[in-house]
Amino acid sequence: MNTLATNASPSSATAATTVTVTAPRRNLGRIFWLEAKAEALKVMRLPGFVLPMFAFPVMFYLLFGVAMRYGPYQGLSMAAYLLATYGAFGVMNVSLFGFGVGIAAERGQGWLLLKRATPMPPLALLAGKLAMSLLFGIGVIAVLFALALGPGHVRMPAAAFAELLAVLVPGALPFAAMGLAIGYWAGPNSAPMLCNLLSLPMAFASGLWIPYPMLPAFMRQIAHGLPAYHYAQLALGVIGAGNHEPAAWSLLYLAGFTAVMVLLARLGYLRDEGRTYG
Amino acid sequence: MRDKGGDGREHGGFRERGGDDGRGHAGGDRSVVAELEWASKSFGKVKAVSELDFEMRAGEVVALLGPNGAGKTTTVRLLMGLIRPDAGSARLFGMEPGRIEARMRVGAMLQVSKVPETLKVREHIELFSSYYPHPLPMAEVVEAAGLGGLEGRLFGKLSGGQRQRVLFALALCGDPDLLFLDEPSAGLDVESRRSLWERIGARKRAGGTVLLTTHNLEEADFLADRIVLLDRGHVLAEGSPGQIKARVVGRTVRCRTSLGVPELERLPGVRAVRRDGELVELFAAEPEQLVAALLAADPALSGLEVRGAGLEEAFLALTCGLAPAGGGAPAAAPAPHTTTTGSRQSTGKEAA
Repeated sequence: MNTLATNASPSSATAATTVTVTAPRRNLGRIFWLEAKAEALKVMRLPGFVLPMFAFPVMFYLLFGVAMRYGPYQGLSMAAYLLATYGAFGVMNVSLFGFGVGIAAERGQGWLLLKRATPMPPLALLAGKLAMSLLFGIGVIAVLFALALGPGHVRMPAAAFAELLAVLVPGALPFAAMGLAIGYWAGPNSAPMLCNLLSLPMAFASGLWIPYPMLPAFMRQIAHGLPAYHYAQLALGVIGAGNHEPAAWSLLYLAGFTAVMVLLARLGYLRDEGRTYG
Repeated sequence: MRDKGGDGREHGGFRERGGDDGRGHAGGDRSVVAELEWASKSFGKVKAVSELDFEMRAGEVVALLGPNGAGKTTTVRLLMGLIRPDAGSARLFGMEPGRIEARMRVGAMLQVSKVPETLKVREHIELFSSYYPHPLPMAEVVEAAGLGGLEGRLFGKLSGGQRQRVLFALALCGDPDLLFLDEPSAGLDVESRRSLWERIGARKRAGGTVLLTTHNLEEADFLADRIVLLDRGHVLAEGSPGQIKARVVGRTVRCRTSLGVPELERLPGVRAVRRDGELVELFAAEPEQLVAALLAADPALSGLEVRGAGLEEAFLALTCGLAPAGGGAPAAAPAPHTTTTGSRQSTGKEAA
């Protein structure tokens, strides 16, 4: 921050410039911090984004995990089992919608072009949105943990909660990448619909809403090809439930999925660059 | 066509105002800050900019003036490195325009339909300032953009004029050596427009270098030292606001006549012809001779009307088909060569 000449009148602009030649070069850490702060504030002040992001996982968790008391399941109460899958659901939605809807809207409105015209490091934009996704993802997980400990009567060692958190949070990455791809291909109006159309069926078929074994047979087959399934299996694995898919395979699958989505996003970005017209 | 063997600087009437033409801004070094060389850019089948040569020097305020689709925005985006030319080249401070070192020295107001509305004015400015190595102090930016008292306001709660001034602040906050303003006053009411003009004018008086685009001749006249008239990706005319106005001042002669367009074009003093069924509009610098010739050519003519052409109207007549004769001399009175609306193969560039 330039602290010189804070009360300067417009006429002293040139003078201030000459003086600040000796000022330090721009602070990259500060750019990333401000970018993340701006993303978080921007979203936090949008009830239309924040409310559904919290309401859906919380509502479904209370309904299926807490209110309907299915007996012990894989040695766990339903409230404990679904804590992992609704945590995954919450993180997935925040990243997918945060990136998909956010990028598509700002791109369509010319805002991203203006940002691109500045010397902003391009990574700062992505890092800022990712930080926002992680922050809200952790927020959703925290609310679910509180419900699990309270009305859900989930009793697990603190270490298990910590491990679950540690697996759920990085799950933001593949879905942020998916949102990025949607954001660069879909228009500002179609992006929210597209995110819904993709996330809701995927969440259900991956066993995020009701446990995988309760799904219809054909859905269980589809599930193995879905990123949300592998994500949920990793989370369930931590608390000793799930299908015991090899964690390495699920990780590999998610890494591959992320790479493909980033590539798609990149193609969309390049397509955008080529046809920008006005 | 430009002689590729020569240095090309005298061609097209586009370079002549560079260098020591005596407009001397105090202390301004006159180095070239931005240039397009023979740049072309198409989007699909639309040729947005065609073989455009353009140069801008430190301390200049240049207006790219033209109707929608003239290639103004494309020119700005080429110079900013937001798009690459299909042919020719663009340079910004002697560098590839997309380079971060070049971006650190420019600020831009682009046509943005929506800005994140849930951030406060201060937060927007703070973030954009952080991108630049030597940003202006917040207080100075707020003052220069006329945003005093609005720093804590959410962007979404601002009026149209205030929003546009925030975008101006974002362009200004890095204390850029070159300011791009793409249609800065589009969609503003007269009062907000005036207020923004004052802000841009202050930047100009402080020696700032500005490239602005507009379809408003009054705006270009008010702000610019030099106007470049663009139409369909070509330079139609170029010169000081006075020179441009001198070219477009004239009279509109309207009448009902059975004369055909080719005959009308041959009448003395005619600079443009527009025909709408029976109704004909002729644009001329001095209408007296024209009216006499018109009556002689068609005694059955009716509904004769001679009106002073407003600047907008004159400008429209100019961009609707008048080919400037001898692009190298924008101030000279053009030869009475005309074309009709719609036929526009001749341009200043090719005429040169």
